[in-house]
Amino acid sequence: MISFPTQVDRKKRFHQAIAFWIARIISYSILLILFFILFFILKRGIGVINWEFLTAMPSDGMTKGGILPAIVGTLYLVLMSMVIAFPVGVLSGIYVNEYAKEGAIKQFVKMMTNNLAGVPSIVFGLFGMALFVNRLGFGASILAGSLTLALLALPLIIRTTEESLKAVDDTFRHASYALGAGKLRTIRKVVLPIAFPNIITGLILGIGRVSGETAPILFTVAAYFLPKLPHSVFDQAMALPYHLYVISTSGTNIQASRPIAYGTAVILILIVLGMNLLANFVRSHYSRKVKMK
Amino acid sequence: MRTKIETNNVHLHYGDFHALKGINMQIPERTVTALIGPSGCGKSSYLRLFNRMNDLIDGVRIDGKILIDNTDIYAIPQSEVDRLRRKVGMVFQKPNPFPKTIFENVAYGLRVNGLKDKKLIEGQVEKALRQAALWEEVKDKLKKSAFELSGGQQQRLCIARAMAIEPSILLMDEPASALDPISTGKIEELIYELKSNFTIIIVTHNMQQASRVSDYTGFFLLGELIEFDETKKIFRNPEKQQTENYITGRFG
Amino acid sequence: MGRLVERSAEGLIKACGFASALIVLLIVFFLFKEGISFLNSSPVEDHYALFVHSGNPVTQLDEGQIKDLFDKKITNWNQLTNYEYPVVLLTAGDLERLFTPEQLGKNLEYLNACVAHYIDTVPGTLAYFSERQLGLSPAIRIVPVPNISLWKFLSGRQWFPTAQPAAIMGTLPLILGTLLVSLLAILIALPLGLAAAIYLAEIADPRMRNILKPVIELLSGIPSVVYGFFGLVVIVPFIQNLFGLPVGETALAGSFLLAIMALPTIITVSEDAIRTCPIAVKEASLALGASHWQTIFRVILPYASSGITAAAILGIGRAVGETMAVLMVTGNAALMPTSLTQPVRTIPATIAAELGEASFGGLHFKALFALGCLLFLITLVTNLLVERTTSKSRKS
Repeated sequence: MISFPTQVDRKKRFHQAIAFWIARIISYSILLILFFILFFILKRGIGVINWEFLTAMPSDGMTKGGILPAIVGTLYLVLMSMVIAFPVGVLSGIYVNEYAKEGAIKQFVKMMTNNLAGVPSIVFGLFGMALFVNRLGFGASILAGSLTLALLALPLIIRTTEESLKAVDDTFRHASYALGAGKLRTIRKVVLPIAFPNIITGLILGIGRVSGETAPILFTVAAYFLPKLPHSVFDQAMALPYHLYVISTSGTNIQASRPIAYGTAVILILIVLGMNLLANFVRSHYSRKVKMK
Repeated sequence: MRTKIETNNVHLHYGDFHALKGINMQIPERTVTALIGPSGCGKSSYLRLFNRMNDLIDGVRIDGKILIDNTDIYAIPQSEVDRLRRKVGMVFQKPNPFPKTIFENVAYGLRVNGLKDKKLIEGQVEKALRQAALWEEVKDKLKKSAFELSGGQQQRLCIARAMAIEPSILLMDEPASALDPISTGKIEELIYELKSNFTIIIVTHNMQQASRVSDYTGFFLLGELIEFDETKKIFRNPEKQQTENYITGRFG
Repeated sequence: MGRLVERSAEGLIKACGFASALIVLLIVFFLFKEGISFLNSSPVEDHYALFVHSGNPVTQLDEGQIKDLFDKKITNWNQLTNYEYPVVLLTAGDLERLFTPEQLGKNLEYLNACVAHYIDTVPGTLAYFSERQLGLSPAIRIVPVPNISLWKFLSGRQWFPTAQPAAIMGTLPLILGTLLVSLLAILIALPLGLAAAIYLAEIADPRMRNILKPVIELLSGIPSVVYGFFGLVVIVPFIQNLFGLPVGETALAGSFLLAIMALPTIITVSEDAIRTCPIAVKEASLALGASHWQTIFRVILPYASSGITAAAILGIGRAVGETMAVLMVTGNAALMPTSLTQPVRTIPATIAAELGEASFGGLHFKALFALGCLLFLITLVTNLLVERTTSKSRKS
C-alpha cells in the first residue's frame, strides 16, 4: 500500500487558489487597461466634438477649426474601397465555396488569400504606391488610396463570405437542384439570401477596418493639410487616421492641436465601436429571425 | 462478501432532465459488476456518481445516498473529493492518454498527489504497467510519447495510469468500445485478473462482454434500474420481461 | 440569351476568385522588382564617381569609409592605405573658392584640366564629381566603390540612406530594432494573454465571459494610430518619468504598446487552443485526484501548447508588421539597439517615415522596397509557421 502525504490536498487547494486569483487579477487588469485607454481618450475628446468641429475646415496651422476635410476624405475612401472590394470579395468567396473543386486550385486560392490577410498594411502602402500611384499614373489620389485599401479589405470579405456560405446547409442547395434550378440560380435565389446577413457583417467590419488604416494611405492619398474638399477621385485628400497621426506628431504646434487630436481619436473610436455594434446587431437580429421561422 | 458500494434511492437531475430514478444497488467487494442498457439509459451517469465526476456539470442535482465503505461520499466536503478520487479510479470510453511520455502518464497520479520519491514512483509505475499487462511491450520505450502506442496499448496504459495510485475501486466506461477484437480480448482478460484486487464496475454495450467478464449485472432502462442480480441469473433466467427483451436483442 | 448571361456570370465569379488569389503574387512581383534591383547597384549616385591622384594606392573605398572621409573622421590616407598624405576633399561646391570663372571656362569646359591640375598638385585629394564633367587624365583615376551586396544590406550596422556621396544602407539596426521591440512585446503579452485565456476558458463563469469576450474583440478593431496616440500621450511620458530619461520615445514604450495591441490576438487564439483539449482527457486527470489547477497546468496547457505557440508566432508576425503605433512611440533613431530605454527604429517605421522623402526610382526608394520585401518575407515565414504548428496540433 502506498500512502500519500497527509496535507497534500490542502496544499493543492492552496496552490489552486493562488493560481486562480492570479489569472483572475490579470484578466481584470487587462480589462481595466483597455477600459482606461477608451476612457482616457473619450474623456478628453468628447468635449471637443461639436458642430463646428465636424463641419469646419482646419485653421491656424491645424490648431483650431474642425476636421471636415478629413471626415469627407475618409468617407470617400471607405465608400470607394468598399465599392471595389465588396463585389470582388463576395464573388471570390462564392468561387472558393461554391465553384472551386476540392484540390490543388482551391488550396491555392485559399492559401493565397490567407497570405494576403497576413501582409502588413505598410506593405500594401508600398505596393499601392508602386502600382497605382506610379505605374498606373493615378498619382496620390483618392482612387489610388481606395484601390490600396480595397486590397487590404479583400481577404476579410472573402473569408466572411466563404464562412457564411459554408454555414448554409447543403439541404437548401439540394432542394433547389431538385426543383430543377441551375447552380447559379440556386446560389442567387437560395444560398445568397440565407447567407446575406452574415456577408453584410463582413462588409460592416471591413468598413471599420478600412476607416482606421493609416499606413496604406500614407503615400497613396494622404494630404498633410488641404483645407478644401476633394472634387474628383484624382484629388488628394485628408483622412481621419492620417490627420490624427499628423497633428499628434508633426503639426506646427503639437500642444495646441492636442484637443483636435483627442477629438479625432474619439471619432475613430466611435466609428469602430459603431461598426462593431452594428455588426453584432445584424448578427443577433438575423439569428432571432431564423429562430422564429 | 463485504459490501463495497451501496446506493440508496439515488436520483439524478440534469436541469429538468430526470436522468436516474431511485436507484438501489449493493456491490460486493472484489467483484466485477456490469451495467448494461441502451444508450441514454443512465448507466454512464450512474457510474460517474462514484467518483463525483458529475460535479463538473452545471445544473446537476443528486438526491439519495451513495456509500463507499460505509461513508456517504456526497456528504464529504469538497476538499475531500480528491481523496475519494484516489480511491476510485476511472477508465474512459476512448483511450485518453496525456500528452506526456508513457512513464509520466502512469506516474501522473502519484505526482499530482504529492509523491516525490523517485524510487517509489518508478516502482509503482512498473507495478502498474505489469498489472495492466503492458510492461513487456513498453519497458524499453518509457520515455516515448504515449501517442506512439496503438489504441489497445493506449487503453491498457490508461488502466495502468488509474491503477498506479492503488485505488480499491475501478470504474470502466465502455473501455473496449473503441478497440479491435484482439485488444478487446486483452482488456477483458485483464479485467478478470484485476478482480482479485479491485472492485470493478464496467459499463458496456456489449452483451457478450458483460456475460464473459462480470459477476453481477445491472440492467438500466430510461433512468431506472430494471434488474440487478448475478450475471448468470440475468443472462439465463431474467425476472423481468424488459431485461429478456434487451438481452435477446429485441430492442436497443 | 439567358444562357449567355449565366455563362458570363460564372466567368466573372471565376475571374474574381483567381484575381484575388493573384494579388499576393502581384504584390510580390512589384515589391521584389523594385527591391531586388537595388542589390548590386552602386551606393554612389548614377554617373558620379570618386577621383584620386593616380599615385594614391587605395584600391577601393566602401560607403562607410567614404562617409568617414567626408565627415573628416579619416584625415590622412595612411589610415586606409600606405600613402602619407592628408585627405583633401574636393566637390563641386569648392570650385568657386579655388578657381576663377575664367579658369573654369564659360561652360566649365576647362573643369577637367583645372581639377586634374589641382589633384596633381595636391596628392591627397579626394574628388567627387560627375563622370561626365570629369573625364580621365593621366594624373587622376577613379576609385572603385563596391556594389551593395545582400550580405552588406543585411549585416551593415549603419543606416544613412541619404548620405553623400555614398548612401550607407545597412539594415541590421532596423532588423534588430524590429525584433527587439516585437519579441519583448510578446514576452510581455504572452504570459498575460495566456493567463486571461486560461481564465476565460476554464475559470470564468459564463456571465463574466460574456462581458470579456466582446470587449476583447472590440479592442482588436481599434485603429493602430489611436493606440499610437494613446502611447504618445500616456506611455511615453510615463516611461520618461519612470526612468528619468531625456526622451520617453523608446524601445520599451514600443514594446508596451505592442504588447497591449497583441493581447486580443493572443487571448483569442490561446483560448481556442485551450478549448481543443478533449473533456475526457481533462476528466482523466481529475479522476486521478488532480486539482483543477494541476489539470490545467500539467495536462491542458501541454495539450494546447502548439496552439499557444501559434498564438505567439502570430502575435510576433503582427507586431513585426505594425507600423503606425510603433512609428509614433519608439523615437525612430536608426542606431544599433543597446538598451531598452533608447530610441529604436523598426523596419515598417522606416518605410513609413522615409518613403515620402525618397525620390521615385532612386536608390533610397528601392532600398525601402527591399525593406518591404524583408518585411513580407518575415510575415510569410510566420504565416507558414502558424499553419504548420496548427496543422500539427490538428493531427495529434
